[in-house]
Amino acid sequence: MSEVEYHDILSELAKHVAGELGETVTSWQIAFGELNVNLKRQDVIGAMRFLRDDKRTNFVCFIDLCGVDYPEREARFDVVYHLLSPKNNTRIRLRVQTDEETPVPSITGIYPGAGWFEREAYDMYGILFTGHPDLRRLLTDYGFDGHPLRKDFPLTGHVETRYDDELKRVVYEPVELRQEFRNFDFLSPWEGTQYDLPNEDVGSDKGSK
Amino acid sequence: MAETSVRNFSINFGPQHPAAHGVLRLVLELDGEIVDRVDPHIGLLHRGTEKLMEYKSYLQAVPYLDRLDYVAPMNQEHAFALGVEKLLDIGVPRRGQLIRILYSEIGRILSHLLNVTTQALDVGALTPPLWGFEEREKLMVFYERACGARLHSAYFRPGGVHQDLPQDLIDDIEAWCDPFLKVCDDIEGLLTDNRIFKQRNVDIGVVSLDDAWARGFSGVMVRGSGAVWDLRKNQPYECYDEFEFDIPIGKNGDCYDRYLIRMMEMRQSASIMKQAIKKLNDEGPGPVSSLDGRIVPPKRSQMKRSMESLIQHFKLHTEGYKVPEGEVYTAVEAPKGEFGVYLVSDGSNRPYRCKIKAPGFSHLQALDFLCRGHQLADVSAVIGSIDVVFGEVDR
Repeated sequence: MSEVEYHDILSELAKHVAGELGETVTSWQIAFGELNVNLKRQDVIGAMRFLRDDKRTNFVCFIDLCGVDYPEREARFDVVYHLLSPKNNTRIRLRVQTDEETPVPSITGIYPGAGWFEREAYDMYGILFTGHPDLRRLLTDYGFDGHPLRKDFPLTGHVETRYDDELKRVVYEPVELRQEFRNFDFLSPWEGTQYDLPNEDVGSDKGSK
Repeated sequence: MAETSVRNFSINFGPQHPAAHGVLRLVLELDGEIVDRVDPHIGLLHRGTEKLMEYKSYLQAVPYLDRLDYVAPMNQEHAFALGVEKLLDIGVPRRGQLIRILYSEIGRILSHLLNVTTQALDVGALTPPLWGFEEREKLMVFYERACGARLHSAYFRPGGVHQDLPQDLIDDIEAWCDPFLKVCDDIEGLLTDNRIFKQRNVDIGVVSLDDAWARGFSGVMVRGSGAVWDLRKNQPYECYDEFEFDIPIGKNGDCYDRYLIRMMEMRQSASIMKQAIKKLNDEGPGPVSSLDGRIVPPKRSQMKRSMESLIQHFKLHTEGYKVPEGEVYTAVEAPKGEFGVYLVSDGSNRPYRCKIKAPGFSHLQALDFLCRGHQLADVSAVIGSIDVVFGEVDR
């Protein structure tokens, strides 16, 4: 299947999905040869059921679910679903937006394989899912505090752990860094930085903001 | 409650159990010897790979992929490299593609050898691991001779592979392929018709195809249930479409079928390796990675002679390259199933988000579904056959 043919198949599919789901689909586009569909948060379950059961879409295989954090947005999280149709050999990416408080309907009733993925999204981002049978933390330590993949969570974390020989147990202590984490700004001086030059004669059209 | 009520046990399996394949902790609820519920506790090997990758340039992120499924490191790098290449819209030269295929198949054999033989170990056979690890050792040496490392190879980099293979290495790999089939025969001779092995694996952990899809299974786990689905054939990447190989599938979806499939896949992989070597020899030398100087650093010999190369090298290894804005999902048929990388780029030199879709994560999740109603001893057989490695499950 050539890229052009696959693109045509995807756009046909997108029109079909957008037509059948109506208002649930807020927008769709095809980029890098992949179909992205944005959904309304509250209609996720209905949309998933349609995508799985409809003969033309037939996305029976659940691939992946993950969160993405955009802290500058009001609804800061994206929940991204990847589905696969083995019969039609097509993939689709669905996206809904949410924030720290608003829960997303859980799709575990439709794809049981989503269970741990939702737990992981909750663990890593604090995204809440309603209707999930067992929304516990998954990957982080027992008794862990915070959501590590959020952009405002520091890379080093907050606590470090070691075995204390006097107490004969593992203890947690605040992270102490011998050297500050070096986070370089790699904006290239040739394209990125806008210099504010004090002398107005120099580079009046390029340099100053 | 009446005093005669059945006593249920709750036991901890792992995290230091030899059949737990690493650091898996299972909380098992038992009714006699029948498993009522399995609650896997994972994350004991969680290193925050995805977070770390957000703070590294694209090239620096490559070695993290090796540490996921450390049984077949290069297959993981492959998915990441394909994703970055898709975003950058660059191609890989022919020789680079062939080397990638050659080493992906070596990775597949590495992983299957470990899995098949330790699955046998889990059900009580001691000889297969000894025979299998001898071959693994030879393959690890091929890894080492190609990139200098047995495990943490960082060999498949965006744009191609790090360096070319010397001809004597190619010849040695070719000489390895045919004797390996004999080793497969030997291992199969120990296991395939073995009464104990069959008693422990036939009709254990049966999964129907519909369940397999809905639970996000991939790779051997869906092929065992009868799906003709292999990304190398169905969504070919690199030049897999030029290769001839068969996709073995199972009929019953049990642990035994999955074992048989893995054995057959190793033979198919050896055949793909021979085809790749033939193509490498026929087509002769050529570039192994993209010639785009904005992505791939110049060779050391060039750096010694040209100042531009030196500057380029310095820039690429400090700042790295910028990747256009966008998001892609790329997947490869890793030995354990579909290994995918979901990359979100914001146009800077670091990934904004890199989600790693590890096949073992979905498979381990279904352990409760697979083991419920089985005997306690079957749990280790099922864990063996779903082929989990905690590097990729915990990330």
